[in-house]
Amino acid sequence: MYSPTFAAPQSIDEAVRMLGADGAKPLSGGTDLIVQLKSGRNRPAAVVDLKKIPGLVGIEETADGFVIGAATAGAQLGEHARLVAAYPGIVEGAELIGSTQVQGRASLAGNLCNASPAADSVPCLAAAGAIAVVAGPNGEREMKVSDVPAGPGRTNLAKGEFIKSFKLKKPAAHSADAYLRFIPRTEMDIAVVGAGVNITRDGANGPIKSATVWLGAVAPTIVEVDASCIIGTSLDDATLAKLDAAAQSVCNPIDDKRGTIEYRTKVAGVLARRAASIAFKRAGER
Amino acid sequence: MAKTHVTATINGEETEFLCDGQQTMLDVLRDEMGLTGSKEGCGSGDCGACSIIVDGRLVCSCLMFGAEAEGTEIMTIEGMADGENLHPLQQKFLEHAALQCGFCTPGVLVASKALLDKNPNPTEEQARYWLAGNLCRCTGYDKIIEAVMDAAAEMRGE
Amino acid sequence: MNYLGKDVELKVVGTRPIRPDGVEKVIGRAAFGADFSVAGMIHGKVLRSPHAHARIKSIDTSKAEALKGVKAVITANDLPNIPSEEAFVGEGPANFRDMSLNTIARDKVLYDGHAVAAVAATSPSIAEEAVRLIKVEYEVLPNVIDVEEAMRPDAPVLHEDLFTQGVDPKPTKASNIAKRMEFKLGDSASAFAKADVVVERKYKTAPVHQAYIEPHACVVSYGADGQAQVWCSSQGQFMVRAYCAKLLGMDIADIRVFPLEIGGGFGGKTLVYLEPLALALSRKSGKPVKMTMSREEVFRGSGPTSGGAINVKIGATKNGRIVAAECEVMLQAGAFPGSPIGPALMTPFAMYDLSDVTIWGYDVVSNRPKVAAYRAPGAPVSTFATESAVDELAKQLGMDPLELRLINAAKDGTKAVYGPTLKDIGFVETLEAAKSSPHWNSPLGEAAPGKLRGRGIASGFWFNIGGESSGATYVNEDGTITVVSGNPDIGGSRASMGMMAAEVLGMDVKDVRTVVGDTTSVGFSFLTGGSRVTFATGMAVTQSAEMVRDELCKRAALLWEIPSEAVEWKDGKAYPAGENAGKFDPLSVADIAAKSARTGGPITGKASINAQGAGPGYATHICDLEVDEETGHTTVLRYTAIQDVGKAIHPSYVEGQLQGGAVQGIGWALNEEYVYTKDGRLDNAGFLDYRIPVASDLPMIETILVEVPNPRHPFGVKGVGEPPIVPPMAAVANAMENATGVRMGSLPMSPPRIRAALDAAKG
Repeated sequence: MYSPTFAAPQSIDEAVRMLGADGAKPLSGGTDLIVQLKSGRNRPAAVVDLKKIPGLVGIEETADGFVIGAATAGAQLGEHARLVAAYPGIVEGAELIGSTQVQGRASLAGNLCNASPAADSVPCLAAAGAIAVVAGPNGEREMKVSDVPAGPGRTNLAKGEFIKSFKLKKPAAHSADAYLRFIPRTEMDIAVVGAGVNITRDGANGPIKSATVWLGAVAPTIVEVDASCIIGTSLDDATLAKLDAAAQSVCNPIDDKRGTIEYRTKVAGVLARRAASIAFKRAGER
Repeated sequence: MAKTHVTATINGEETEFLCDGQQTMLDVLRDEMGLTGSKEGCGSGDCGACSIIVDGRLVCSCLMFGAEAEGTEIMTIEGMADGENLHPLQQKFLEHAALQCGFCTPGVLVASKALLDKNPNPTEEQARYWLAGNLCRCTGYDKIIEAVMDAAAEMRGE
Repeated sequence: MNYLGKDVELKVVGTRPIRPDGVEKVIGRAAFGADFSVAGMIHGKVLRSPHAHARIKSIDTSKAEALKGVKAVITANDLPNIPSEEAFVGEGPANFRDMSLNTIARDKVLYDGHAVAAVAATSPSIAEEAVRLIKVEYEVLPNVIDVEEAMRPDAPVLHEDLFTQGVDPKPTKASNIAKRMEFKLGDSASAFAKADVVVERKYKTAPVHQAYIEPHACVVSYGADGQAQVWCSSQGQFMVRAYCAKLLGMDIADIRVFPLEIGGGFGGKTLVYLEPLALALSRKSGKPVKMTMSREEVFRGSGPTSGGAINVKIGATKNGRIVAAECEVMLQAGAFPGSPIGPALMTPFAMYDLSDVTIWGYDVVSNRPKVAAYRAPGAPVSTFATESAVDELAKQLGMDPLELRLINAAKDGTKAVYGPTLKDIGFVETLEAAKSSPHWNSPLGEAAPGKLRGRGIASGFWFNIGGESSGATYVNEDGTITVVSGNPDIGGSRASMGMMAAEVLGMDVKDVRTVVGDTTSVGFSFLTGGSRVTFATGMAVTQSAEMVRDELCKRAALLWEIPSEAVEWKDGKAYPAGENAGKFDPLSVADIAAKSARTGGPITGKASINAQGAGPGYATHICDLEVDEETGHTTVLRYTAIQDVGKAIHPSYVEGQLQGGAVQGIGWALNEEYVYTKDGRLDNAGFLDYRIPVASDLPMIETILVEVPNPRHPFGVKGVGEPPIVPPMAAVANAMENATGVRMGSLPMSPPRIRAALDAAKG
């Protein structure tokens, strides 16, 4: 009869050792892992709960920005006023994952390492240039968040490696992010398309100085949109149309129960425009 | 396979149990402790019928391993009333006919309590979004929302 | 007796007391299907087909049987191979051979999720492991999912012995068309000549699931003496008993069924799935067996309702009189014949007074789960089409759609296309109530940029049924009352039963407790369905309470030693009347109960009836919505459900039926559907991707209860549960057309479809 072992290590070293064993899986919020385990799609031999390791849960504001424990639940992000002020888009994304109940458990690391192209928290983390601090048998290393997913259900982490924390730099002046996703209902669905945008303006009333735009659910992993067309602009209609086209051009989606290729592609353009407008407005307010 | 020994405070009582690695907290509550008020409607976190409060946080007990309960404080529907005195939400659900079949009701009540613990004065929209993870197929949610808003007002002393 | 007169003052009926089973449910103690346990029970699990259509070549259960902890493994060979036998069961006709084959496949699997074998073991996880160890060799066959494709001559045939009924001459070649039916009034073909405007269009709806939140569950104990006990959640304890007896080859008297609380059904629990398998496992293992379905199994293995393809042609004169109507309905039955094609044909024109109508349709099998009843089975599918067409007609005529309905509305004396002459109906009243409603009279409001707003209206009809029902009223020793109902309480019927009894007895409803009896503690009752319980079982309970009231008067007379005709019952007490008035102190129920041993023993009333004269239900719904032009996302802004309910016994629960039905309909309209992969596997068997409405999707659902009493019920009751799911799909589609100018002929109106339709309209 199938039953995994369960352990809750108290240190990174202990966790690294446990996760080096064949069939061991890290557990943070468990909102994907437990569903997969119960359905038989994923049957780890050992479940290693990371939440008892100091630093894995919680948010620290440093001189350089923020360090977010990998297993911190989405609801905790939303309760951190300084983080919400600095990265409203990242928090929006995290808080869109599942229900209130799921937000009480689901973590950024889990959302990233489950490696669904539709993961809501990932586009804005990528747009912010977030760094994942990875622990493993060979010590720590840092990866760009956008480099973690390898394809649906696959990551670029090596055996025994797991994410310990995320580092976000202090936002530049007049910069802000925004995330929008499309779902058929108002809650409880997986994103049909997601768009995360991070914009820095040249002064509160100035044009866009730099911008990054990432899309979710339109390709095997999140994809970056060439946002050069909006640099130096204040997002007039013609510019938004260019961004819409740029977003559509990087889409490589599939037809499935959640949306068609044609629909996903069109809506990716729509959401990129809308999210950019929100981020632009926010950036002007700070 | 060795079972994990867990000590947790459930509905105010220090409780010990043994569980194996694939048992969820919902399995533990229902099968090991006889607390069948938490329901399994989906087993995948999509319906909310198994909602419980763990260390002050609303979660689906089907999305938590039993072994994770070590050292936590848990409230289930069975711990919501104070003896024979119903919680104001329970009373308002009865008065507003906010249940038809009653299967989703324990989860909706626990989720509503978590809402009012955090936000004693929610708007209708906030209540609807907070409860979006609690599926009800009978009521169309109308009377549930009415009952939650009325209970919130009463608890605020209005 | 009838309590309808203006001079009758109702003290309980029409009020809103707390339901008698409420506290148990809000403290988490009420026992639903999966909450029940018996000592020594083991756990059963089902192996289901991964194929849409395949021949079973062999089943090897040896490895499963060898697994430690496994107590029994069954296949179809452990149940009797019963012959084809037509019967009227549940909410429609069925065949016990088909029911048996749907419970567990014998030679062929006919849909993804079809049960093939079952295991009982000492724990659920061992049973699951054992299920994985069963080896089935399949010969995969071509499958057909879509209803119209299934009707094609070259479609893969599910049943080699299925020859279309209702066509002449009877076909000699097997097909997937089980039956053709037709209803005709006048001569529609020639009547179209009188029409100034004709609308002709094709519509399509997707199969949708009842999606009750409680998965099917049961505990079964089969004894060495051949007698069995069944504890389960269902819409009818007597239904479970009868079907299990038939499928297991047992005597009805050898099965006792205890109804547990039912966590929603909406028609989907009018059949058996697990119970016969649990009985066979219990018989084979000698132990009590518990079985529960996972949510995935509910979607894959239990009945959704039919989807359909509908062709409508409807013509009117320029002053808005509908002069001819034709409708063809192709209804998908799932793997076995028995879609609700009859009601689908009988209902959609029953709102209108028409003289020339032809409506015909087909019952069609395909490789999907066998459909089960779902709230007004059949009517929502065909009515979506006809009420959409009526809206198009109004647009072409330049008329207000509500006025067009009023001009053509059925009234007392209207002859329905399916035969009867309608009476005591309240359809016009629902339209008038809609016309004067706050909703209809308030402006739609300005849409935000990029959004489009619209308002739609649609109506619907459902027969409502009566039928066999039993109820009992017992006077307890202390003068409290126990009422026993023969029907599982699916939405508050214990409250309404107790209220009717309290009204008859002139008592406080708090002193009347209603329970649902098991199959040995109350007389036979047909299942909870057809919106029949408050009508039919309510009638039985009322009669049983009247017997008790009359008996209480007799007992008082005996105590006073006066003739029983000289006793009057008032406000829960016996009073000496006529020339004896004032001679004795009145006697309460408690007073009489305390002395009942001296006057003849316990006081009870029991009524078993076949209730006739159910009053049809009419509903009219108004929907305001807003569509995001770029994403196709729809937000329902305001919704009003108006219905003739006869008489609302407990108005809160009646409103709840209207609200719940309307919201199920909104889900049906916008997002719910079964999605299949190319190889015929169900691709959205869970609440994540089978998208029922969530709280944040909806506004408050306003209700208007129109009360045109049904004179054939003591309190004027008409069924209320089913009519509210009939109008919503067309109400939403009509609002959508009003908002966007685009007619969505196909359900669900999901965002990708809306965006595609808007793009197509722009060219």
